[in-house]
Amino acid sequence: MKRGELIESLINIVLLSLLVGIAIAIVCMKDLFAVVMLAGIYGLISASFFVVMDAVDVAFTEASVGAGISTLLMLVVITMTGRTEHPTRHKPLLAIFVVVVTGGLLIYGTFDMPYLGAIDAPIHTHVAPRYINESMQEVGVPNIVTAVLASYRAFDTFGEVVVIFTAGIGVLALLSVVRRRDEDSVIDSINDSMHEQHLILRIVSKMMIPFIMLFALYVQFHGDYGPGGGFQAGVIFASAIILYVLLFGLSTARKVINQTLIQLIAAFGVLFYGCVGLVSLLNGGNFFDYNVLSSDPIAGQHLGILLIEWGVGCTVASVMIIIFFNFAGRKEFQQRNGNLIDNISKKNKGI
Amino acid sequence: MIMGLFNDWVVVVLMMIGLYIIIAHGNLIKKIVGLTIFQTSVFIFYISMAKIDGGTAPILVDGVTQYSNPLPHVLILTAIVVGIATTAVALALIVRIKEAYGTIEEEEIQEQDSQHKDSHKLNIHNSSEINRDKKEC
Repeated sequence: MKRGELIESLINIVLLSLLVGIAIAIVCMKDLFAVVMLAGIYGLISASFFVVMDAVDVAFTEASVGAGISTLLMLVVITMTGRTEHPTRHKPLLAIFVVVVTGGLLIYGTFDMPYLGAIDAPIHTHVAPRYINESMQEVGVPNIVTAVLASYRAFDTFGEVVVIFTAGIGVLALLSVVRRRDEDSVIDSINDSMHEQHLILRIVSKMMIPFIMLFALYVQFHGDYGPGGGFQAGVIFASAIILYVLLFGLSTARKVINQTLIQLIAAFGVLFYGCVGLVSLLNGGNFFDYNVLSSDPIAGQHLGILLIEWGVGCTVASVMIIIFFNFAGRKEFQQRNGNLIDNISKKNKGI
Repeated sequence: MIMGLFNDWVVVVLMMIGLYIIIAHGNLIKKIVGLTIFQTSVFIFYISMAKIDGGTAPILVDGVTQYSNPLPHVLILTAIVVGIATTAVALALIVRIKEAYGTIEEEEIQEQDSQHKDSHKLNIHNSSEINRDKKEC
């Protein structure tokens, strides 16, 4: 075994052992805040593992989603639901029995698996050689992952984007709150008192926001040549907006970012994606066959990938923003109602 | 042999830890974290399958002939983003459950449900008795 490979497999073992350790720690912890932070670390370490496995696009996505957005969402939810877990377990012995038996069967199953890194494994013998050898002639994009995502399997990706859009609508349906204008002043006073304390944090982080947005656009448009694409760019762009909300409070952010517009952009992204497919149908090709979009097939492919990645980016970014705004808005709504109830009870006591 | 299957075994262990959390823990947030661990173990499984010895990331460069398999990367990339979207829906449901029941512990929710059902049955029973009394009168 060569020195490089040895080091690679050592890193592999260390990262995977860390993952197992963190997972066990998550089982034992009672404090949900610690559990959520550990889950964030878990996401980051699995992203590092994906880099070791040469899956740079996946690592990019996991780093922004697993370590970023999902930790944030869970933290917001914990502030609403309480941070300690009840110590009682639901039939732990039965659970351990089920888990050990299932795990044993799965381990038994792994003995038929091809070894890690084997070149002749079945997975590498069907469509993968076509993607690797022909994609440059057929699609003309150096990043094979983008070529497969946006061109060969564009229909599949369209389905994923629709799922994300549907999830956004689901969160909107479950958590959206009708706000009245006159309540804004009360919230403003709450927010001001909270945000005046972190002046340095606010100013330093504010300077980073434009660069995060610029980086998101770079990831969006450079996805053909390096790791990146609409999914990652959408999440990174959303995280810039979410950082703004964290720094300046929800009511200020609502004035800057129009919620109706964001919802329209989410729908626009999905429609735009679908329309690219329809245009290629009208031009006489198959659904999502970009060759017919332009007189030169390769230019058509480039145009098609650019357009649908743009649609993906729009939908993912706005759905993430919608999700965060609705969670934060729900928390604000609960706080306000809590305050109102407190005030009423105080008044009653006074009388 | 040990190195060749190590990743698969870790995947199984992580998956089972996730499954244990989902079965044995009553707290709904903890269950979601368990689901995330389960989900990530599947990601690790797919990405490990795509790896080729001596290969590089699937971005075409001059002078390189060996690339890891891009197809699992595509599947998992989209699965991660879809995963966070569906997790968000689950978390939204938890927030609503907390508002409706005042707790996110599974057993307390079931307790409240069964109490509610009992009282509901009792009410129906009482009202039917009252109706019968009226008729008899």
